[in-house]
Amino acid sequence: MSILDKFEALRHAHEALQELGADPFAVCFDSVASATEGTVAGRPVLIFGSNNYLGLTCDPEVVARGVSALRAFGSGTTGSRIANGTYLGHRTLETRLAAFFGRRNAMVFTTGYQANLAMMSTLAGRGDHLLVDADSHASIYDGCRLGAAEVIRFRHNDPTDLARRLRRLEGEAGDRLIVVEGIYSMLGDRARLAEIVEIKRAAGACLLVDEAHAFGVLGENGRGAAEEACVEADVDVIVGTFSKSLGGIGGFALSDLPGFDVLRLACRPYMFTASLPPSVAAAALAALERIERTPSLRRTLHANARRFYDGLAAAGFALGGEAGPIVSIRLSDTPTAARFWAALLEAGVYVNLALPPATPTLEPLLRCSVTAAHTTAQIDYAVETAVAVGSHLGAIGERRSIDG
Amino acid sequence: MPTEAEITETIVIRLRALVPPGVEIGPQTSIMGDLGLDSLTVMNFVMWLEDVFDVSLPMDRIVEMETVADLARALQSLGAKEAS
Ligand SMILES: Cc1ncc(COP(=O)(O)O)c(C=O)c1O
Repeated sequence: MSILDKFEALRHAHEALQELGADPFAVCFDSVASATEGTVAGRPVLIFGSNNYLGLTCDPEVVARGVSALRAFGSGTTGSRIANGTYLGHRTLETRLAAFFGRRNAMVFTTGYQANLAMMSTLAGRGDHLLVDADSHASIYDGCRLGAAEVIRFRHNDPTDLARRLRRLEGEAGDRLIVVEGIYSMLGDRARLAEIVEIKRAAGACLLVDEAHAFGVLGENGRGAAEEACVEADVDVIVGTFSKSLGGIGGFALSDLPGFDVLRLACRPYMFTASLPPSVAAAALAALERIERTPSLRRTLHANARRFYDGLAAAGFALGGEAGPIVSIRLSDTPTAARFWAALLEAGVYVNLALPPATPTLEPLLRCSVTAAHTTAQIDYAVETAVAVGSHLGAIGERRSIDG
Repeated sequence: MPTEAEITETIVIRLRALVPPGVEIGPQTSIMGDLGLDSLTVMNFVMWLEDVFDVSLPMDRIVEMETVADLARALQSLGAKEAS
């Protein structure tokens, strides 16, 4: 008997995966040469599984600004934002983020996960109603559990279902907070924001959009899915992260709501954890400035994404979502997905393996991502390799007939 | 308003379609425990019931529910309308 006995089923599932020759949870990059190249177990790999959409992790200016703040301010703050952990860098980052998004208030958190924990658990309180998309990220679900509001899921990206659920709440007291993601992380599909804001207005609800994957990626200026859909004025709160297109770590929440700053004294995931190291805040600011200055990064990203998506689609793979930086190959079963993933790695292409229940349906996914830093030669190599492995495993076109 | 028994009947009929033929299902059947359904199938099943009875089941209630009877009672207490 052990306190860990309850994980027996999980252990077995993991062992079954290892027996297929795949252990995606144990991948370790022992060196990184650029945003797109590294080595895993001594073998060079092209990185097609990251969230480094603009390739800024190795940007010389981003790195230099981080190094210089590391020297000037030391390795960490050793304290929370509301104690000794707010430095000039955090303040500046908040001011600049607010300006970038054209919002009155910005709060910077240590991770995006914590930003979501904070917003879900604090914005909606006892007697309020959270309406969350069923495919929401774990940080949104966890934030819901941390708070005291009633939590109702609506069908993924289904405005009609959302409207129905808001209608059922008619006559009940309490605020309503709708939560969606700009780009959904597993399939890369985008929130149907134009319809969602109509519903939100009609119901007098608040709307929070988690732009984690869309910040720096969508919209004329990179402000995300809300900018792309021209509905920014209807979004009450934006959540985002520095861990994707900005290539660092850290989270944020933005709003025009008067008095938003009071949340600094109410959000436990803001108050009871140490703040970002100043070097990380400085690198994030440098990356933000790079995004503002270089809109061509975004154009390159989308051209690369299109090339990758079209290459896989033309070969007959069943893909999730739409052409964008996240391209997921949908497969029918876990053994095929695990073998596929391992063979790609063997051939020098690293992608993410996503298995149910972490996937939106029972299908496993090879979640691939494209960045602005990939060369066309790298993209073509990745597509050719996927096609070769996929044909060998008989995994091309197999879902078509089932889905119709 | 449908009775608890009527709601139970709707639940049982739907669950029969999700499990192999011949599996016994009654009010005391544990939906996850006895029927071996995965969480995604259960979520879709719950969403189907929500449509049928025109109610939303809050997540904390869903977590508490184990048996068919628990589910039927929760749907009824939330004001389940006539099955559509
Ligand atoms: C939609 C979404 N929100 C939030 C997060 C959390 O971001 P972070 O890595 O900053 O904790 C992620 C990242 O995994 C995400 O995909």
